[in-house]
Amino acid sequence: MSMDSMRGKSAIVGMATAGVGEAPGFSAMELLGQAAVKAVNEAGLKMQDIDGVFAATSSHAFPTMSVVEYLGLKPRFFDGTNVGGSSFEMHLLQATLALEAGLCDAALICYGSNQRTAGGRLVSMSEPQWHETPYKPRHPITAYGLATSRHMAEFGTTREDLADVALAARGWANLNPEAFARGPLSKDEVLSARMISDPLTKSDCCLVTDGAAACVLVRADRAKDLPGKPVYFMGAGGANYHRSIVAMPDLTTTAAAESGPRAMEMAGVSQKDIDVVMLYDAFTINTILFLEDLGFCPKGEGGRFVRDGRIAPGGELAVNTNGGGLSCVHPGMYGLFLIAEAVAQIRGEAGERQQDNCNIALCHGNGGTLSSQCTAILGSEAAL
Amino acid sequence: MKDTDVSQLGPQAAYEAYLAAGWFMIQRAASTGEYVFWPKVTSPTGATDLEWVEAKGTGTVYAITVNRARSGAYNVALVELDEGVRMMSTLPGVETAEIGARVTARIEDTEEGPRVVFDLAGEDAA
Repeated sequence: MSMDSMRGKSAIVGMATAGVGEAPGFSAMELLGQAAVKAVNEAGLKMQDIDGVFAATSSHAFPTMSVVEYLGLKPRFFDGTNVGGSSFEMHLLQATLALEAGLCDAALICYGSNQRTAGGRLVSMSEPQWHETPYKPRHPITAYGLATSRHMAEFGTTREDLADVALAARGWANLNPEAFARGPLSKDEVLSARMISDPLTKSDCCLVTDGAAACVLVRADRAKDLPGKPVYFMGAGGANYHRSIVAMPDLTTTAAAESGPRAMEMAGVSQKDIDVVMLYDAFTINTILFLEDLGFCPKGEGGRFVRDGRIAPGGELAVNTNGGGLSCVHPGMYGLFLIAEAVAQIRGEAGERQQDNCNIALCHGNGGTLSSQCTAILGSEAAL
Repeated sequence: MKDTDVSQLGPQAAYEAYLAAGWFMIQRAASTGEYVFWPKVTSPTGATDLEWVEAKGTGTVYAITVNRARSGAYNVALVELDEGVRMMSTLPGVETAEIGARVTARIEDTEEGPRVVFDLAGEDAA
């Protein structure tokens, strides 16, 4: 089986979100359930048709078991790979492999969180690393602060560059009625925000929201017979070198430098073919690192690349068109929301923020402390 | 070798036992010369003949951040030891430091137990 044999073999035929922002009174599983029901309905299937389950959350030790029971499923294949926020880009690849192998016929990928209304803090099952504990790092921002300090020292990236990332995200969020953080935001406000972990301020950090998402995949030949406009799987790849930031080989180059080329090779596309770039922006530095590592600009140039509104609405490159984790939604594990926006753009359902002729979108998931990197590429029928 | 008996301990417990006895020890693979930190049962290239050696105690600040909690601020640094391995630590004597600054290790006793911390060295201490 060659790498490109997976290209175009599966398609997302249902995609839904639930409880984006604040959803008081609902548990994480109830929100996940709402998203799953909507996604399955949109696919024109019955819940009982789902025979492959892929799930990861921050509050369920055995997420597929919990999902299966809650939704009344009896899957033939299930996979609870948890690589943090990047889990769902990996699930796209695994679901496609399982579908193509005949291990299942309808795959549900799902996630849910109520971390905002449950406590207002990041919910994480991430265990402390014993060799870090004596130094009291704050998970996960200490690691991202460290990476930012290194990028600034090596390449001259500035806090103003980071601010440009936050302002671009807000610009997109202001075009998205579903985004949680909307409204005017000035560069002065961003730069004067409270310092949390040098050089990162509150404005450099993603939101803490509630939210759930789910999508349904089937084999491409079956997708044509279902009611929705299919969004095809074109390629995906992962790369991972470390768990703790102390073991990251080079703090200015993430494993996205490998996952990106892997995914693009499978998809048969290059950077210039991509219409919408969805990057996991847990912190402003992420956007800069991933633009570099995925080849949209040279290493070290990310800070300069994002200046002057280049990734904001009306800019040269459409990045994080939903408003991102910074201004749209971040319930703890954001990866499935990257896919939701890519699907909306490719279907032409993105409203005011819709990109013209959007046929190919890249979704880049990040998990842990710049640890797991998973890139997935989705496309319209015209892109195949 | 230091007179702390770690022969029955795994690498983490051995490191901690050495630290409690006042020694900052790291691992080195006899066959390949690779240094390993944090302590493990194998080197990155698969060597398992790991021996404990005293760290030189000198290194460079590779990255640094300051955690600004309401209860007070403290820095968290990644220090690259001169042996070539990296560790998380802190520089308790300063608010923050330049990346690339030279540092020297010492063992600090805390309520939670001993830990390796660093001070600015040489010209960087001025």
